Amino acid sequence: MLNRQGRPTSAGDGAITADTGTFTGNRALMQEEALIFESGRYETTGVDFDEPENFSPRLGDLEREGDIGLPGLSEPEAMRHFVRLSQKNYGIDTGLFPLGSCTMKHNARLNERMARLPGFADVHPLQPVSSVQGALELMDELSRYLVTLTGMTSVALSPKAGAHGELCGMMAIKAAIDAKGEGETRRTVLVPESAHGTNPATAALIGFKVKTVPADTDGTVRVQAVKDLIGPDTAAIMLTNPNTCGLFEPEIVEIAQALHDAGAYFYCDGANFNAIVGKARPGDLGVDAMHINLHKTFSTPHGGGGPGSGPVVLSQRLAPYAPVPFVIPGAEGLTLVEHEQYAEEKPFGRITAFHGQMGMYVRALSYMLSHGSDGMKQASEDAVLNANYIRAGLRGLMSQPFGDKPCMHEALFDDSWLKDTGVSTLDFAKAMIDEGYHPMTMYFPLVVHGAMLVEPTESESKSSLDLFVAAMRDLAQAAKRGETERFTGAPYHAPRKRLDETRAARQPILRWTPREPVREAAE
Amino acid sequence: MRYLPLSPDDRSEMLAKIGVDTIDDLFADVPAEKLLTEPLDLPRRKGEMEVERILGRMAGRNVAASTVPFFVGAGAYKHHVPATVDHVIQRSEFLTSYTPYQPEIAQGTLQYLFEFQTQVAALTGMDVANASMYDGSTAAGEAVLMAHRVTKRRKAVLSGGLHPHYADVVETLSHMSGDKVVSLPADPRADEDILAAIDDETSCVVVQTPDVFGNLRDLTKIAEKAHAHGALLIAAFTEVMSLGLVKPPGAMGADIVVGEGQSIGNSLNFGGPYVGLFAARQKFVRQMPGRLCGETVDAEGKRGFVLTLSTREQHIRRDKATSNICTNSGLCCLAFTIHMTLLGQVGLQRLARVNHANAVALADALATVPGVEVITGAFFNEFTLKLPKDAAKVVEALADKGVLGGVPYSRLAPDADCDDLLLVASTEVNTDDDRAAYVAALKEVLA
Ligand SMILES: Cc1ncc(COP(=O)(O)O)c(C=O)c1O
Repeated sequence: MLNRQGRPTSAGDGAITADTGTFTGNRALMQEEALIFESGRYETTGVDFDEPENFSPRLGDLEREGDIGLPGLSEPEAMRHFVRLSQKNYGIDTGLFPLGSCTMKHNARLNERMARLPGFADVHPLQPVSSVQGALELMDELSRYLVTLTGMTSVALSPKAGAHGELCGMMAIKAAIDAKGEGETRRTVLVPESAHGTNPATAALIGFKVKTVPADTDGTVRVQAVKDLIGPDTAAIMLTNPNTCGLFEPEIVEIAQALHDAGAYFYCDGANFNAIVGKARPGDLGVDAMHINLHKTFSTPHGGGGPGSGPVVLSQRLAPYAPVPFVIPGAEGLTLVEHEQYAEEKPFGRITAFHGQMGMYVRALSYMLSHGSDGMKQASEDAVLNANYIRAGLRGLMSQPFGDKPCMHEALFDDSWLKDTGVSTLDFAKAMIDEGYHPMTMYFPLVVHGAMLVEPTESESKSSLDLFVAAMRDLAQAAKRGETERFTGAPYHAPRKRLDETRAARQPILRWTPREPVREAAE
Repeated sequence: MRYLPLSPDDRSEMLAKIGVDTIDDLFADVPAEKLLTEPLDLPRRKGEMEVERILGRMAGRNVAASTVPFFVGAGAYKHHVPATVDHVIQRSEFLTSYTPYQPEIAQGTLQYLFEFQTQVAALTGMDVANASMYDGSTAAGEAVLMAHRVTKRRKAVLSGGLHPHYADVVETLSHMSGDKVVSLPADPRADEDILAAIDDETSCVVVQTPDVFGNLRDLTKIAEKAHAHGALLIAAFTEVMSLGLVKPPGAMGADIVVGEGQSIGNSLNFGGPYVGLFAARQKFVRQMPGRLCGETVDAEGKRGFVLTLSTREQHIRRDKATSNICTNSGLCCLAFTIHMTLLGQVGLQRLARVNHANAVALADALATVPGVEVITGAFFNEFTLKLPKDAAKVVEALADKGVLGGVPYSRLAPDADCDDLLLVASTEVNTDDDRAAYVAALKEVLA
């Protein structure tokens, strides 16, 4: 083509290669960004307020003196700082985020809009109940959905995340056991070795002894293995279903029965509820308590690590022990029971200030209303279908620890197929970053060596899955061909090369400190 | 369904590729009689417009704080949040990311967490802060458990100025884990003898300042006595903005500082999500709960950030972990960090002075109402009124007149025998007109 401007239309062989450093350290859209403590100034503020007119302070002798040590930025500087930081992050909106057990599904912006309605976002938890009837109605409606979807008796909404829900559920179990006068004897909780770390941590937090249930060779828990461990000291089991290997526990009903026969309870970790919404109800399976991570199954955004919300559904046997607060019908509309002494039941106490994660309740209900009964069932089916489609696309190339059989919403691989390649699960994950994907969950569950847990969710299209499978196959073949460096040095194209976690732990630097203490805070 | 990309054709093709006939073949492990055949008894899918209508109607049944003269506090505060904050936290890369397990593609989250930890440490006057807890109350619960680990004792002493919800959370947790709690009676005038409650079995003393009644408390002597007995001082707060103007707990001998960070960057949200702040002395860092972000370098020697000291945490340590927390308050930390960065110390101090000035003006104005006594001496932006009538009834009557006048202490602690006490907060959002409206309404209600 005729080019009169002398402007090259192709990269040309004299082009600067990707490896060439730049003077600034920036790489086009990828900007290096200083800490606010380096770029900010102690005398700057990006918020305009007038000094209050003369008044006499009433702080006693407790006024703060000296610098606090907090620099400020003007608004344009602050905006640029945080936008540049955001560009170093991978999110669901960036691409496929197959982080197993975390259910990284689409976060609809309608839900964000709803949560920001002033009638929800700008309402104080301790306003008179007459002024928050809509908020209580929303909590009531969300409860109805959760109870219907799970087939349970009631729900405690206030837990702040999944692990907090576990704590709530286990406290309800402990209260029920105490009420029967068995608190001294029933001190043991059974936890499968495949369980998430929060399960044993939760049980131990409130004084239970943890006994590990071995997994069977097929990745599930056998009722016999549970029976072998059940005794008069058994308080409960904490069982994840579908489990952390991505499998529905086939003997779950029998396991529940065995526990109930022994006077113990069944806590179900509901982190993986997304696989079975509208397909099966935990209440029909014999579950006594189960948390639901609204930030997984019901798509409230993970926000880089929270906030979440972990309502706990309860069986008839545990419902009376639900913590305060909860919503009940009152003389004039809905009302809140905020104290044990006002409850007809036997609440075990309070686990958080106020009433839980209202902002998340709104988003979750918005999700449920949008999907409807039909859409939620379809979502679960698609989540399971997508996971199996990936499994089918990779079978033969990557090893499945429990053989080639259907999974639920996530597909689990181990690292036996990487044997003798010099590539580890970690290396493989880092190479996925270079290919534009967030890695799958790695080294969890612990029962599988070098675990890779892939959860695509229902939000992925078939073509997106096809591209992902193709990329995974290319990588897998490269690993088997012995292109080790592609993996061991990865990521090459991320904002940072591999980070030294050992060094971080050995000499922890957990806050910024001035090189030389220029201005020591007065205190 | 607008959120589901698969078409019916896609689904059949995919089933064929997997090698099964129907979707239910993939659910074969579910006991057949437990598999639902009918959709559950809930409405069908809805378009955006219908959802907006339904939720909009519910939202419309609530009185939003910005629409009335508003003086409600007691643990959550109405502040102005700059527009920048809400824009940035809705950026996809922040909103839709996970806990930064893959640091090379999560430097955005990790860097702001490092900035957040530094800001919280500076504000509280402590050495280190973690990357957040759920809220102030659960942070208080975790602090007590941490003190038990550090001191190897199991008795906590709670001040009567501690927010009753915080005390309830600590008591519930302690009851469940078999630890002892000594809760002092409600202490509206900050004259309890907490020193007398500290002995050689005490693991920690939990004292709030500004306390739930608004009193500023000097913690120095409590710290001295606690330390003399081998106990820790846990300082709590519910209004983080106070730290712009008030001596930080770190300067008064606190060993652990916990509090609610909602006031900076976060809306009221009817109680959550909020952000729990947690700071401690350096020597206790390995006993801290929650995530910690630390500085390191990458393979090329460039500075970067990672989650660190995770051998404290549940995913490594399981039943020996310092806490069971996993998901925390990530995005609320971001909101906090942005707002705090915009303010800087200059802006924070000025904003804190505006809060204080408004509260002083309100206290003086309300003190002129016959029968009303302001019982709080030194305070920041919240104080307590002693009323000639039941405070809960007064609040209802004020609401009928369109003024949200505060929180009756009896709502937080019905058995405390403080039915005549009303907690009143005033922040930068209150105007002269708001104050005038409050005084007029209260006069009428008490007449
Ligand atoms: C199986 C399982 N259980 C429990 C949890 C804890 O939930 P959360 O992070 O909401 O506290 C998780 C989350 O990662 C999980 O995957």
